[in-house]
Amino acid sequence: MSTTTQPSTGTAGGGSGDDHHEIVHSSKRFGERLFTQLTKGSGIGILVILAAVATFLVGLSIPALTADVKDLPYGNFWSYVAPFAFGTVWVAALAMLMAVPVSLGIALFISHYAPKRMAQTLGYIIDLLAAVPSVVFGLWGINTLAPAVRPLFLWLNDNLGWIPLFSGTVSGTGRTVLTAAIVLAVMVLPIITAITREVFLQTPRLHEEASLALGATKWEMIRQAVLPFGMPGIISASMLGLGRALGETMAVAMVLSPDDVIRVQVLTSQNTNTIASNIALAFPEAYGLGVNQLIGTGLVLFIITLAVNMTARWVIARRSEFSGAN
Amino acid sequence: MSTAVTTPQEASANLLIAGQLPTYTPWATLLVSLGVAAGLLDMAGYFSITAAVLSGIALFLVGMFALSSAVEGIRKAKDRLARQMVSLFFLIALIPLISLILGVAVRGLERFDGNFFSYSMRNIVGDGGGAVHAIYGTLIITGIATLVSVPIGMLSAIFLVEYGRNGRLARSITFIVDVMTGIPSIVAGLFAYTVFSIVFGPGTKTGLAGAAALSVLMIPTVVRSTEEMLRLVSNDLRESAYALGVPKWRTILKVVLPTSIAGIVTGMILAVARVIGETAPLLVTAGLTSSLNTNPINNPMTTLPVFVYYSYVTPGIPQEPYYARAWAGALTLILIVMGLNLIGRLVAWKFAPKSR
Repeated sequence: MSTTTQPSTGTAGGGSGDDHHEIVHSSKRFGERLFTQLTKGSGIGILVILAAVATFLVGLSIPALTADVKDLPYGNFWSYVAPFAFGTVWVAALAMLMAVPVSLGIALFISHYAPKRMAQTLGYIIDLLAAVPSVVFGLWGINTLAPAVRPLFLWLNDNLGWIPLFSGTVSGTGRTVLTAAIVLAVMVLPIITAITREVFLQTPRLHEEASLALGATKWEMIRQAVLPFGMPGIISASMLGLGRALGETMAVAMVLSPDDVIRVQVLTSQNTNTIASNIALAFPEAYGLGVNQLIGTGLVLFIITLAVNMTARWVIARRSEFSGAN
Repeated sequence: MSTAVTTPQEASANLLIAGQLPTYTPWATLLVSLGVAAGLLDMAGYFSITAAVLSGIALFLVGMFALSSAVEGIRKAKDRLARQMVSLFFLIALIPLISLILGVAVRGLERFDGNFFSYSMRNIVGDGGGAVHAIYGTLIITGIATLVSVPIGMLSAIFLVEYGRNGRLARSITFIVDVMTGIPSIVAGLFAYTVFSIVFGPGTKTGLAGAAALSVLMIPTVVRSTEEMLRLVSNDLRESAYALGVPKWRTILKVVLPTSIAGIVTGMILAVARVIGETAPLLVTAGLTSSLNTNPINNPMTTLPVFVYYSYVTPGIPQEPYYARAWAGALTLILIVMGLNLIGRLVAWKFAPKSR
């Protein structure tokens, strides 16, 4: 290390042993070591950041769990968070119910039905939706969507009101769970479409042509070759979309007229709020232990999204074991 | 003789189109179903354009399916139905996009003027005023977040691709980056808020806290995109450099990074575009103020999304000027984000490595 001998020899640094290598390259080694440590350090930095996120969230949630119920501005933590946790899952599930089929349809349209030359442009057009900030989606949801869907809500209530989902008195503003779910569906649609489109395009040409050669129609070919091949991609894309829908804040906060009751009715003006939206609405006025309680709900949201992501990863890992044929 | 020759020809010509619907059938069916739907609704007294179009399309799908399955068989009918459904879904997705962009453009242009870009909201009640403080805030906060996230993200990606080699540290970093990608933006905001209120006292709202929240959201995106781009660089290039005696770190800096720089820059720009429209984390960290504040360490700092949100949700009296400013802010925001996306794609396209 310390003794630098002729630095010009043996720059190739072959198999002549580590000691020799070190001596010859001591000056270069310094740069190498610095750079390695720098990259490693930032990698560790990321670990530290996530550890900090977890620690701070947990640490500041504890007071909300341990404090006396009388001191808590929002009452018992678990009964406070339960409706919002339900609302989060409920709105996101409704959104996924709408977004997944439509996104798959769009992805198939772009990858297999649209003229080849137009396909990329059409993809860009759908990607534009992903570029719209959530607060703008919120504005659009209140101003354009809510009034526009209200006639549809009235119709659903009149004709399908016997289904508990559509029962109750229709909200006068249209700012209901269903409207929020539609906005969320529009927001996650480009995410799911972008991934599934790429996966569908990667279907092996031979699988498709083998199916067509056996006399399958295009739709049969898609069901036999494209969809099975793309299944892991579809699942992971949907889970990514679900993660986004669960954590989406502003669009829900602006569109929904919130309440803190658990209800499955989607057309009334008493709507279960979501965790994220509730934090955004309540945080500016929160004080004392209320802040801790809100942070606690944030932790619950974090755990829900984490569970979704982990499930997605587990599904993909399990599926990839079986897809050896590809 | 002549009949013997022509008959098979006619027969075969008929065979080719036998059992198939003519190409104009779908369009004709669509027109007929729209007409029938409109007529029926009109008679029932429920007529509206939307209802007519919706029920017309439903009628078209059913009618086309029945027609095709009668003439062409059930398999062909299903194939047609799938094609029509898929095209319909694409058109459905265009509706929100078009209505959103048109709506924001029409209402936003009302106040998209010189005043909007040269005045803050200081001492403004009602008409006038602008968003210059919010635009500054957005640029400063996003700028700081970028300055923090890009080096950390890039270096980590280099570590993962070039040095990690699937070791335990590399695997745990990949895992953590996956987890961080899923952090809801409001949770990132809460995190930054708690850190800053512990360090600087409770209730601290500063631009720096906002930037910290955005960094948490931005780092995983940067790591992901950089990692993908670095993995695309062919190993031949690296090995050629090693064979010439270039040490690894210089290979990375002089060979690997320049080759993939276009993709990396695109990834950065898209990451910036993603966080620049974030509202929720800035709502809890950076707060709201009506005057221009260029000091990220002290006092709240308004950003464009937060400005739009508060102008719309808590308007003063009269409400109209507040709404108009909110829409103008939304238009500005969309233009910034779409502009960034466009620049990102242009960079990717223009500076893509010349491969042969």
